Amino acid sequence: MEVTITIDGKQIKARKGTMLLWAALDNGIYIPHLCAAREETESPPASCRLCFVEVEGYPAPVTACTLPVAEGMVVNTSSERVNRLVAAGFELIMSNHRLDCKNCPANGNCELQRIAKARKLRLKPKNLPVLHRDLPVDDSAENIVYDPSKCVLCGRCIRACRNHGQSVVGFARRGFERVVTTCGDVPLGESGCDSCGECVKACPVGAMSLKKK
Amino acid sequence: MSKGSSTAKAAYAKLQEAARQNWEKLREKPLILVGAATCGRAAGALQLMEEIRNEVQRLGLDVNLLEVGCMGHCYAEPVMVIYNEGFPPICYGYVSEGVGARIVRDFLVDGDPGIEFALAALEPNEMLPTFTDFPRGMHEKKIVMEHCGLIDPQNIEHYIATGGYASLVKALDMAPEEIINVIKSSGLRGRGGAGFPTGIKWETCYNAPGSEKFVICNADEGDPGAFMDRTILESNPHLVVEGLIIAARAVGAIKGYIYVRAEYPLAVQRIALALQQAREAGLLGQSILGTNFNIDIELFQGSGAFVCGEETALIASMEGKPGIPRHRPPFPAVSGLWSKPTVINNVKTLSYIPHIINKGADWFKSIGSEKSPGTAIFALAGKVVNTGLAEVPMGTTLRELIYEVGSGIANGKKFKAVQIGGPSGGCLPEEAMDTPIDFDSLTKAGAMMGSGGLVVLDEDDCMVEIARYFLDFTQKESCGKCTFCRLGTKHMLDILEIITKGKGRLEDIDLLVELATKIKEGSLCGLGKTAPNPVLSTIRYFREEYEAHINEGRCPSLMCKDLIAYYILPDKCERSCDACVGSCPVEAIYSNEDRIKVIDQEKCVKCDSCMVACPPQYKAVVKLSPPHLVAEREKGKE
Ligand SMILES: Cc1cc2nc3c(=O)[nH]c(=O)nc-3n(C[C@H](O)[C@H](O)[C@H](O)COP(=O)(O)O)c2cc1C
Ligand code: FES
Repeated sequence: MEVTITIDGKQIKARKGTMLLWAALDNGIYIPHLCAAREETESPPASCRLCFVEVEGYPAPVTACTLPVAEGMVVNTSSERVNRLVAAGFELIMSNHRLDCKNCPANGNCELQRIAKARKLRLKPKNLPVLHRDLPVDDSAENIVYDPSKCVLCGRCIRACRNHGQSVVGFARRGFERVVTTCGDVPLGESGCDSCGECVKACPVGAMSLKKK
Repeated sequence: MSKGSSTAKAAYAKLQEAARQNWEKLREKPLILVGAATCGRAAGALQLMEEIRNEVQRLGLDVNLLEVGCMGHCYAEPVMVIYNEGFPPICYGYVSEGVGARIVRDFLVDGDPGIEFALAALEPNEMLPTFTDFPRGMHEKKIVMEHCGLIDPQNIEHYIATGGYASLVKALDMAPEEIINVIKSSGLRGRGGAGFPTGIKWETCYNAPGSEKFVICNADEGDPGAFMDRTILESNPHLVVEGLIIAARAVGAIKGYIYVRAEYPLAVQRIALALQQAREAGLLGQSILGTNFNIDIELFQGSGAFVCGEETALIASMEGKPGIPRHRPPFPAVSGLWSKPTVINNVKTLSYIPHIINKGADWFKSIGSEKSPGTAIFALAGKVVNTGLAEVPMGTTLRELIYEVGSGIANGKKFKAVQIGGPSGGCLPEEAMDTPIDFDSLTKAGAMMGSGGLVVLDEDDCMVEIARYFLDFTQKESCGKCTFCRLGTKHMLDILEIITKGKGRLEDIDLLVELATKIKEGSLCGLGKTAPNPVLSTIRYFREEYEAHINEGRCPSLMCKDLIAYYILPDKCERSCDACVGSCPVEAIYSNEDRIKVIDQEKCVKCDSCMVACPPQYKAVVKLSPPHLVAEREKGKE
């Protein structure tokens, strides 16, 4: 069944129950997002906290990746409140991302750059110091380079790896130490990774990249 | 159902008859109860049991000696109660080694009740005041804790003899909607922290489609300093079991679980035994009390991460997944364990259920305040005289709770703040002491009810350090899934550490507030949404302490190590006494030409030993902040 909703004054039609994020993106309305995946409709991770929007009738901003569209919904993707919240979330992510666009394989095709542009945000954090974590680059796999200091912990590579029929990478540890890694923290090259490259396709930033030939 | 219900009534009457007989038999001889919950054991309750057992044997006395749970007077432990014919039952406190044997001997052989050791009598009498004659007892209103410490938690007959499981019989005769309506109109709100109306939660689960539903008791109790749930489970486990069975009956659950942290071995043991006894008595399992109602309850041991107390993380961990919260909705009442409708309630919430079914919604509403009916159970800790558990009606003020129930501030110090609601609660100052305790008032004041941890802070506690301490806890316990909590709390903690070292900037206070506000707004689960509370509330009420650290490098409470220095007052030093010199682990103290002791600031590690060692009649060692005051004083001396 189709429903009609209004996003930023524009009327759009979407299948009832679709998450608002996908309805917006399918209609050319950009909402920042890192962790959501279309195939994961059951329980979206809702962990990057960048897809906030304001919806009439809701007291506070809500994440668009978790909100099924409903008839008559009125959405504002960049109210003052949303903009400030998204800016804060983005600055937090950027305070934990090794910024090196010039040498990054994802340069020009990076979701962080895209968000910064769409929302007029700085890539380099303004108020917050950069939180360094000394995590070495892993280039042990045949075809893949993994740089954990660029990882934004969206989990997309984990799903891609699982969908490919492998489960080489997963989340480990807690809090600030949370990391995408292999079972037992072995290098990718010893993990059974077959260098299929699905994780590289899934990675919205430059944390997973193909080796330069 | 009526046929089933008459069978149930008959079956219960038989159980109760037998239980009452054995209960009354207990009193045919002198009865001695020793409070041996985890708190009592830590104070030596098991040794006291042993001592009394030996003394009774030595004297050839015929008594009943029982291990019971905790009445809440943890400050006075070990605690013991003696029922002796011709006397009111007397509760003794501070029963240290040798005292227990002596009381038993004097009382049971010579008829001298040893009132110098008595805390109070348990029943009105001519001889001794009762607990209700003291300010604490006047404020206390025991519902959940009524029988804690007075019945044997390992004997289901004690629970039944005091009216236990009668509410289950009543509930078996009620339609699920009827039970839900009673709970709804009682206004009961969840005691796990958020204060969500229990009846509405049950109704949602009841109305959710599906024939497989679950009920879960949340006994994860991860707040540092909180031990209400543990005490209830150790002192009266059947109360919780009965509440959970009634919940299952109301929502139509096919299975119940008690999720308890494995770090509570005694509680685990007591629940396991309670479940077994309830099954044997026909109160749990297939065709309960002969009716067609079936429910079994399983014990599930969690391995203790704080965030596993959050309901979606708890459910994930029961499913064998990492204990990480997920987005709600769907709420567990609609999609919980194995994606089936699931009611999850706190231990205390469930403990009210049998009482409400028994005495009715109006009775419950008559206690406490309008929007938060019933009682609140607090674990009093910190710089308060009477630490322990207290159950008071909602609406009691913080002042009454701290000064009358808790008997005020220990060691003649001055009150500074009360940290209420656990690590995600807030610190309230003197001005907020007349705040009534209920869900909404505390939240408005910048704290929260939380699970009931309450830490009293005095003039020696630095509010910046307190905020740092609690944030350090939540930051370490963050699961790391969502951006705001994972990175936001880390930044906040870093800033607080810098401030406690005297290296902060004034803008840092605003940055903290900004980060805190965004973390509350943007986090995925309750942990992140509340973690900034200690910081926000201390900035709100004690901003000048932050400013002193930043502007003057001074810790007003002399607590932050980097901002203090130890100094020996020359005119107070006794000269010939070398106590401080001997106590110093790094040989930082020397005698000057006048034999006055001086601390070499370069060597001093600020361990506090000299301050402790200096005899109280001199009190020559003091702390100064900022540390450069030492040099100024030493110069002034020259
Ligand atoms: C970080 C976190 C920890 C929690 N820990 C507990 C806990 O230890 N015990 C508890 O009953 N509820 C805890 N809760 C609340 C539960 O998520 C849930 O709201 C509660 O068990 C519901 O029961 P109630 O309605 O009876 O309050 C916690 C919540 C959060 C966000
Ligand atoms: S896309 Fe919604 S939280 Fe990440």
